[in-house]
Amino acid sequence: MSQSLFYLIAFLSIFFSLLVIFTKNPVHSVLYLIITFFTFTIHYILLNAQFLAIVNFIVYMGAIMVLFLFVLMLLNLNKDAEPAKSNLLKIAGVVAGMCLLVTLVGSVKALNVSNPVVLNNPNLGLVKNLGKVLFNEFLLPFEISSLLLLSAMVGAVLLAKKEA
Amino acid sequence: MENITQAIQGVPLNHYILLSAIIFAIGAMGVLIRRNAIVIFMSVELMLNAVNLLLTAFSAYRGDAAGQVFVFFIMALAAAEVAVGLAIIVMVYRNTNSIDINVLNKLKW
Repeated sequence: MSQSLFYLIAFLSIFFSLLVIFTKNPVHSVLYLIITFFTFTIHYILLNAQFLAIVNFIVYMGAIMVLFLFVLMLLNLNKDAEPAKSNLLKIAGVVAGMCLLVTLVGSVKALNVSNPVVLNNPNLGLVKNLGKVLFNEFLLPFEISSLLLLSAMVGAVLLAKKEA
Repeated sequence: MENITQAIQGVPLNHYILLSAIIFAIGAMGVLIRRNAIVIFMSVELMLNAVNLLLTAFSAYRGDAAGQVFVFFIMALAAAEVAVGLAIIVMVYRNTNSIDINVLNKLKW
């Protein structure tokens, strides 16, 4: 197999992420974003980061996008289309994004590192290996992230609750 | 699985950086040109994912597992962020009957 698989998937990622921001209907936007995340999952599999591929698949495509879709359906926005921004602002936004892209690409060109990605340690992204790292060096951040999730849950319930 | 990972051997690291930069720029563009708050939020997710992919590529390149653990933490953070952000959007919709961000200009003056 050649590297062309990577370039095909990269093209699909860019194509669908462009569709995400240029589609008029927000529901279609969410669906395109799900396809974009699926291409990211394939990128993770190609890098042999199997744990991240599964987590990306379950958490991003499963949980987060369903949450987006659920809120979008709940708000029932389909009856009135989103009012269009003036063309001047749109062009200014695209130009600003292109400037960001040119800056990033220019700095990468200046770095001039172009070694191929070689998987020195093919077991790196497996659950066994990552679990060992996660529960030895990163045990404290792991526990703190549980606090973060708890506070986010309490905050979300508090915000979305109807005021008494 | 062996021949799948063979496919990635030889892709230059620069191309991963370029891919992530392009997707990050697309996300930034989406934040700038859309007015729907949910679509803006999705563009932010796109930017987060571009960074995740780059971190994973660097982690595989360096043979260091810490990068992939960071990606895991970013995913946990993104889940928390989405929950709070969507709750805020629902509250905004309830108060203003719209999720157009141009309605939210009370702090502008």
